[in-house]
Amino acid sequence: MELTTIWFLLVAVLFTGYFILEGFDFGVGMLLPVLGRDDRERRVMINTIGPVWDGNEVWLITAGGAMFAAFPEWYATLFSGFYLPLLLILLALIARGVAFEYRHKRPEAAWKRRWDAAIFFGSLIPAILWGVAFANILRGVPLAADHEYAGGLLDLLHPYALLGGATTAALFLTHGAVFVALKTVGDIRDRAAALAVRLGVAAAVLAVAFLTWTLTIRSSTAAVVLAVGAALALLGGLAAAKVRREGWAFTGTAVAIALAVATLFAALFPNVLPSTLDPAGTLTATNAASTPYTLKIMTWVAVFFTPIVLAYQGWTYWVFRKRIGVAHIPQH
Amino acid sequence: MDALDVARWQFGVTTVYHFLFVPLTIGLSVLVAILQTLWHRTGDEKYLKLTKFYGKLFLINFAMGVVTGIVQEFQFGMNWSDYSRFVGDIFGAPLAIEALVAFFLESTFIGLWIFGWDRLPKRLHLASIWAAAIGTNLSAYFILAANSFMQNPVGYWVNPETGRAELTDFVAVLTNKVALITFPHTIAGAFLVAGSLLVAVALWHLIRNRDSADTPAYRFAARFGSWVTLISAAAVVITGDIQGKIMTQVQPMKMAAAEGLYTTESPASFSVLTVGSLDGTRELFAIKIPYLLSYLGTGDPNGTVHGINDLQAAYTAQYGPGSYTPIIPVTYWSFRFMIGFGLAAAAIALLVLWTQRKGRTPTSKWLLRAGLAMPVLPLLANSFGWIFTEMGRQPWIVFGEMLTRDGVSRSVSLAEVLTSFAAFTLIYATLAVIEVKLLIRYAKAGVPDVTPDPEPDDTDDAERPLAFAY
Repeated sequence: MELTTIWFLLVAVLFTGYFILEGFDFGVGMLLPVLGRDDRERRVMINTIGPVWDGNEVWLITAGGAMFAAFPEWYATLFSGFYLPLLLILLALIARGVAFEYRHKRPEAAWKRRWDAAIFFGSLIPAILWGVAFANILRGVPLAADHEYAGGLLDLLHPYALLGGATTAALFLTHGAVFVALKTVGDIRDRAAALAVRLGVAAAVLAVAFLTWTLTIRSSTAAVVLAVGAALALLGGLAAAKVRREGWAFTGTAVAIALAVATLFAALFPNVLPSTLDPAGTLTATNAASTPYTLKIMTWVAVFFTPIVLAYQGWTYWVFRKRIGVAHIPQH
Repeated sequence: MDALDVARWQFGVTTVYHFLFVPLTIGLSVLVAILQTLWHRTGDEKYLKLTKFYGKLFLINFAMGVVTGIVQEFQFGMNWSDYSRFVGDIFGAPLAIEALVAFFLESTFIGLWIFGWDRLPKRLHLASIWAAAIGTNLSAYFILAANSFMQNPVGYWVNPETGRAELTDFVAVLTNKVALITFPHTIAGAFLVAGSLLVAVALWHLIRNRDSADTPAYRFAARFGSWVTLISAAAVVITGDIQGKIMTQVQPMKMAAAEGLYTTESPASFSVLTVGSLDGTRELFAIKIPYLLSYLGTGDPNGTVHGINDLQAAYTAQYGPGSYTPIIPVTYWSFRFMIGFGLAAAAIALLVLWTQRKGRTPTSKWLLRAGLAMPVLPLLANSFGWIFTEMGRQPWIVFGEMLTRDGVSRSVSLAEVLTSFAAFTLIYATLAVIEVKLLIRYAKAGVPDVTPDPEPDDTDDAERPLAFAY
């Protein structure tokens, strides 16, 4: 396999990992005002993701770094072209990251309320905007022959992109609800499981519509197979959630997100950012790539370190595998 | 004002801001790990108290470092896309490796450390803080290797077909002599901040609350912090000296700009303070140490140090017409502030040790005030160091290869970059106020009571509250 293809796959894997992992912590953040009826319940929810959210976010930083290293043209055009959406994502991630760490540092209700808002919006905004961004990558954006973005903000906001945003938000909400059901005990667990099913139906409708629309824009056999797999996995996850098999439900939503992201990348390949303006502006895995020498070094680094990272990150989830409930939340 | 100016200001503001938190993360992670190791080895509760106490301050600061760091990685693509295109083949690799090798380690094990007090066996819990500390320090190496390429590009060629810089020798990039010396200099600067914070907080409690049962803990922290500060100050000076000599070789203009040295001199004297006209034609007032600049730059008291005018002429001949001179008042003063503030912190640390000699407890209100200023001094020194080294590279974004003005994103409008600059400044300013207030609140609260941690037990803790929860 060509090095550029390997790196296209690796970037796809990194974003897939990012959306599976941060997907549920975005979901938990968005559900905070919905499922968390009082401070203790909200603390239960935050503590289900407390030890892991930061590690989850590093998947994004690594995906960004991998894009920069392996496909500098892609990184440069995408990040400068999607300027304002990325700015909003950054501001949201700043607010929510600080909120997790600072919320419990003072007892006042007003203090906590503000950080709760930061967690809610800090999770909602990226959950929507990542869908908008990926829909635009799939649909293509106006690029000049020199690969510069030639559109404006409004070129990024069209019905297909908005459907993409709604889809990722709904998927992450479902994934988050299933995660809360999986990681908690007591009343909140029951409510989360019930909500997961209702959210999941909406997510399934949106996801099927979005993936179908995607496949009419660009498609491949692999993409169709993956899209069908994503839909089936989501339905399986919902069925499991309905009968309260929470481990299977979480597996289902995780696989659904993975296959949905894989669908997008499979449909996109070999392009990485198609141009709707000048065909010469289209960025592909070949013309956006770094030199074979750089890719080779990066491949060796990835081959050596990725299994180590997966091992210790997986172990962290094992360490914090226990369910928590309001009884586990300390007073202070 | 155009998009380029605002993009530069944004980079400067967000980078200096990010680097207010980074040194504490780098230094304090190791110091907290040492404190916890001391507790582990001796069983003395005062070390556990200090671990938890400084650990809290560390985490308040750590969160800010993490979230402001993401901005840095995204910013290259957002505001400096032509720079990213030009150097991506080289510059992207250390960033990606930093994330994969260092950030995962740091963030995962910090999570384990924060929440693992009752979940992990003691040894593993201790190993977690060390793993996080190693990750933090490793990350510094990769990002400094990337920055060093901008100061002294090595291991590459510029492909005439693609017009971009392409990697030819990755080992050369990682062993860039600028990176090899900037790394210890930066790490030492980080420990200067961390040591100073230890002293400031401990001193406040020692002087304000002399009969506290925790006096021995604060005494230890003040002395330990002072030693860390002094040793790091020595390391900063030694590495800075070597760095100056390398800088004179690879970026002679930066050395000349640090001094405001307009004409080539051999031997060259070091200006402690000079007030003159900006073009260097008139000197109104000057305090100078003869031979010192020659020694700093070349290692030989009679060595030749090239002046700005000669270098400007040489660069014009080499790179074509244009100004290749940084803004001299900025480089001149930032260089002096860097040295001055750093030395001031070391001087206070010496004073703190002196007042505690032979078991004495410091009482002076003046020392208290000086101690409280202490963490601010090396933070300023760190900031001015970065301002110096980045402004001293101007007008280049990659020395000798690409001008800063050619690296900016062409597709990003003035309105967009103004929006982001305003947004970052606003959120950063708000968070700074919140962060400092929290730090002060938790610093004032003092060391916590520590009830002995029971060994983790998988069977009977189903309903026991967590040792730590958000």
